[in-house]
Amino acid sequence: MPTPRVKIPGTAAKGEVFEIKATIDHDMESGQRKNKEGKPIPRKIINKFVVTYAGNEVFSADWHGAISANPYISFFLTATESGPIELKWMDDDGSVYTAGGAITVS
Amino acid sequence: MKTTVSRRTVLAGIGAAGAAAALAPRVALADKAAADEYLGKLTGGTAAQDGKVKLKLPQIAENGNTVQFTVTVDSPMTPENYVKTIHIVAEGNPAPGVASFHFTPTGKPEVTMRMRLSKTQDVRAVAMLSDGSVWQGSQEVKVTIGGCGG
Amino acid sequence: MKKSILAAAGATALAAALGGPVLADPPFDPKDPKFAAYISGDKRSGYTFAEPETRGMQDDDFTNPGFLWVEKGQKLWSKADGSANKACQDCHGKAEDNMKGVGASYPRYDVRAQKVVNLEQRINMCRVDHMGAPEWKYESDPLLSMTTFVRHQSKGMPVTVQVDGPAAPYFEAGRRFYYERRGLNDLACKHCHEDLWGMHMRTELLSQGQANGFPTYRLKWQKLGSLHRRLAGCNEEIRAEPYPLGSPEYTNLELFLAWRAQGLTVETPAVRK
Repeated sequence: MPTPRVKIPGTAAKGEVFEIKATIDHDMESGQRKNKEGKPIPRKIINKFVVTYAGNEVFSADWHGAISANPYISFFLTATESGPIELKWMDDDGSVYTAGGAITVS
Repeated sequence: MKTTVSRRTVLAGIGAAGAAAALAPRVALADKAAADEYLGKLTGGTAAQDGKVKLKLPQIAENGNTVQFTVTVDSPMTPENYVKTIHIVAEGNPAPGVASFHFTPTGKPEVTMRMRLSKTQDVRAVAMLSDGSVWQGSQEVKVTIGGCGG
Repeated sequence: MKKSILAAAGATALAAALGGPVLADPPFDPKDPKFAAYISGDKRSGYTFAEPETRGMQDDDFTNPGFLWVEKGQKLWSKADGSANKACQDCHGKAEDNMKGVGASYPRYDVRAQKVVNLEQRINMCRVDHMGAPEWKYESDPLLSMTTFVRHQSKGMPVTVQVDGPAAPYFEAGRRFYYERRGLNDLACKHCHEDLWGMHMRTELLSQGQANGFPTYRLKWQKLGSLHRRLAGCNEEIRAEPYPLGSPEYTNLELFLAWRAQGLTVETPAVRK
């Protein structure tokens, strides 16, 4: 079971642009590799990443087999209100991994 | 003195010269065409203009398995004028698609991630803006066949 | 010696003749203060041979993917296991306090085992003897995580190992291994990493092969791995039969490499190409 690491600032001034960094341990098996017997190794990647802030979807990404293992991402949001920030990683096998935090906006 | 030219020598010669002179450019063109076709589907065929998009990549990637990139777009990110989507495309990979990022009018249009590049190639970033315009930027990355030792 | 220099020169010449791209080495200035923590006298950490992007990845504890394993190890530290239902924490307390400096002193002679053991083997001894738990397989995720977590507590501390007394024969065996030619390429460790570091093997910039950053996250592996995995890779590269991970041969060599790196500080988890 992958364990995400997330870095969200605890506080921000209203209107401030802040950075979120996130990473998760995952092989991101691309589907392009072959095993020792020469058979293709089936693809198993995280194909979607979704971020909600105070209940609204604010950022998302589609990932393909070219994203490196243990995907790392950094992106930016504007502090509009205090509330939870939730990050979701969707796996090819249907699993969903979640992590997050909360930001206090003053 | 008798000169013998073996079949193997001739083939080797053709192989080397052929690969260098004839084959390589054709492969490069195919890469670009595949990337264009892939992007065409994503952008609905709108031609991309050069500008607004910056792609930061190492000029030399020590290993193609993990190449960090940062993409930025010149945009105020207001509800009236913002970046809706950025597509990242690796022209020389077996499959051109790397990632698509979907934005709302918040923060700034800047994303950093790490990608796999199978060889030296051009990487392209294409941004679709809320006004319907499409912009692109690209950079070449030299991928060294690096990392001694299994 | 002469032969290997010729071989290396040949490789460089061949690359140039074939018109391969001539790439500049990563920037390095020994007087630049940002490298001070990665140099000791003539000794240079692999960090100083890396591209700026790779260094940057290591510099920040969050962007350094090796920390995924540090965190996994931290979770395991307090997790009870085995028939004794004990966790590492039950005997050793807070790793941040009590494991400080421990990782910097391994491999070391262990009185109970009556031989030199490395950190991985010491962790497994704890599991078997005190927790009643099975050994973790070498290079398995939990063993890598725990080893990385424990050695990380010594980050920034100089590597310091004991090589005399009961450790002497193991150290000598490690030294012999380092200077012994092996494999179809007939090369010893020292040819690349003592005689020719700073030169190129094809496009590869040869480093001093310092081991102070292991377990290390390698871009090539796209994961964290042990020093023994790296040594096996090195041996395969020179077409020698690799020894099993955790074998006495590699453990002795690890002791020699730790002695050789003395003065450099623990970087675990380092990031390398």
